[in-house]
Amino acid sequence: MALALAVTAVIAYVLANVFPLMDLSVVGRTAATTISGGAYAMWEQGERITGVIVAFCGVLAPGGYILFMLTLLLAVRRDPPPAWAGEMLRWVRHFEIWSMLEVMMLGILVSLIKIAELATVDAGIGMYAFGALVILCPAIMLCFDEEELWQKIQWADGERPPVTGGAASSSPLTRPFK
Amino acid sequence: MSVRPLTAAQLGLVSCEACQLLERPASATEPGFCRRCGELLEFRRHGSIETTWALVLAAAICYIPANALPVLNTTSLGSTEGDTILGGVIFLYTSGSWPLALVVLVASVMIPLGKIAALIYLLITVQRRSTMSNDERTRLYRMVVFIGRWSMLDVFADTFTVALVQLQPLMSVEPGPGVLFFAAVVVLTMLAAEAFDPRLIWDSANPHQVRHA
Repeated sequence: MALALAVTAVIAYVLANVFPLMDLSVVGRTAATTISGGAYAMWEQGERITGVIVAFCGVLAPGGYILFMLTLLLAVRRDPPPAWAGEMLRWVRHFEIWSMLEVMMLGILVSLIKIAELATVDAGIGMYAFGALVILCPAIMLCFDEEELWQKIQWADGERPPVTGGAASSSPLTRPFK
Repeated sequence: MSVRPLTAAQLGLVSCEACQLLERPASATEPGFCRRCGELLEFRRHGSIETTWALVLAAAICYIPANALPVLNTTSLGSTEGDTILGGVIFLYTSGSWPLALVVLVASVMIPLGKIAALIYLLITVQRRSTMSNDERTRLYRMVVFIGRWSMLDVFADTFTVALVQLQPLMSVEPGPGVLFFAAVVVLTMLAAEAFDPRLIWDSANPHQVRHA
């Protein structure tokens, strides 16, 4: 389930970043932008640091999250999972915090309403893909059982995971420690 | 309140912050790395209070220019006009979309201020070894972490306004100096929330001591 969502998310991510989010037209002039185009506009206008922050939170972090998730979900289908799976799972949570798709969605809405006063704005293909992505990312998070994955992966100290049985394994005190 | 709960640190136990595995490291001073995921183990995040203070104060300083300086400069037919964050809220309100004005007001003005205040409150109570309302303070911390990202709203809104409204010579919008400070406030408070160790809240009830089995 989570794997299917991750594959869909990759497709939506590519579409959302390739196609323009919206077109703006006023008295015969048109303008269009993509997500990275927005960050690039900030860079061009002299706000370089802000441009980098926007690119990171809007493009790189979500992309990294989806890519890591897809790789991980594919990796744990193997038994035993590859040794780097644990390392990767450890890094995913950093992308999670800085991936701000839903915030960006609301931000785009706010800018659209401001602009709608003076021009006609049409949503492009990118916008629909982006809307799908905003729903897909939390959906992956919901379907994805981190604890279950941790039970499967190879331990960093080289041992195979000790077998912990049944429902009790979710209680912290029954987890193994020396 | 006769029962004083022990903390894991007092029992010589530490939970990995990445994979939540509960472990009993061999050394109390240098717990080493998580046996399962390889993350650095720390009974309490290193230099948590100092780092959080530094980041929170930096954010508080940036908050002033973030609100005083214009975030957007609109040039239409030769005349340039600056818009601050509050100006943007008023614009949304007067143009009839008051629900959106409220969202922006909450996300851009109240959340950053509330976050800074909440983190300062948490830092002071931890440093004064307060034992009051630990549950509420823990919940407050979780809220700060959860809600923090939403302040980025205005930065994204400004970015797409700038990217789209480039209709020279009719009208163009350029980012103002305020937007950098505003983005800095959001990033700094997020980093501050990550630097703060919520386990410190529970240490005051029992002074931090590691006992070894």
